[in-house]
Amino acid sequence: MNSEIMFYLLAGMILVFSVLTVTSRKILRAAVYLLFVLISTAAIYFMLEYTFLAAVQLTVYAGGIVVLIIFSVLLTSHISEKAIMADRKQSLLSALAVGAGALLTLLTILRFTFVPSDLPAQTSTVTDVGNALISYDRDGFALPFEVISILLLAALIGAIIVARKEKDGIVSAKEKK
Amino acid sequence: MTGSIPIQYFLIISTLMFFIGIYGFLTRKNLITMLMSIELILNSVNINFVTFNKYLYPQNLQGHFFTLIIIAIAAAEAAVAIAIIINIYRNFRSIDVDNVDEMKF
Repeated sequence: MNSEIMFYLLAGMILVFSVLTVTSRKILRAAVYLLFVLISTAAIYFMLEYTFLAAVQLTVYAGGIVVLIIFSVLLTSHISEKAIMADRKQSLLSALAVGAGALLTLLTILRFTFVPSDLPAQTSTVTDVGNALISYDRDGFALPFEVISILLLAALIGAIIVARKEKDGIVSAKEKK
Repeated sequence: MTGSIPIQYFLIISTLMFFIGIYGFLTRKNLITMLMSIELILNSVNINFVTFNKYLYPQNLQGHFFTLIIIAIAAAEAAVAIAIIINIYRNFRSIDVDNVDEMKF
């Protein structure tokens, strides 16, 4: 009973703050609403007993990405600036398309009969997660782990190259030739 | 802990969140708010993966690890996207998609 109340609370929070994220005219507020959505999602992971995943969600998403977004909002727009929204016709058409898509998906979900598994749940403690990430047998994830580390390195270098100033960057490299 | 909550409830939440994200992506003009809509979409997909893992295949952790890797990719994507957005702001003094049409054919 308690978990049901908790679930409805989290579901309501996710829906309300998602809508506010995409409709708020103040960008900084939209970023904070996004933070609330991400924290509620972390709470849902806690409900499903994936505690390590919830911790990662809190640190990487709520801690890292939202801070990055807030910083870039502060760098690129004035604090009192209001976002320009789409005109009436465009938002009406988007709402129509989105409503149709959501209706179709919801009907499909509600008509399909899911068969919940009765097997005992695999625990997901930090030890399990760590062992699975470095093992290369059937239930191991060593390859994705290595690939993701290369991707992170590439993204790091790419972000630095893209964001650094033009004057001593690409232009001077061309001039050297 | 999730004893009496049917799997459909989680899927309904994630579906609604996904389409709210798409609505934001279609109607927003500011590049950063569009990025925030993409984060909403990615997050809803994560909820789907975790729920399917917990309810249908609890004996292994594939959805769990898929979500972990999606979170890492989302972080990398946000970093690169914000670098590009700041570069665009430097060149155009604006990050509204209406003003950035230099490469438009």
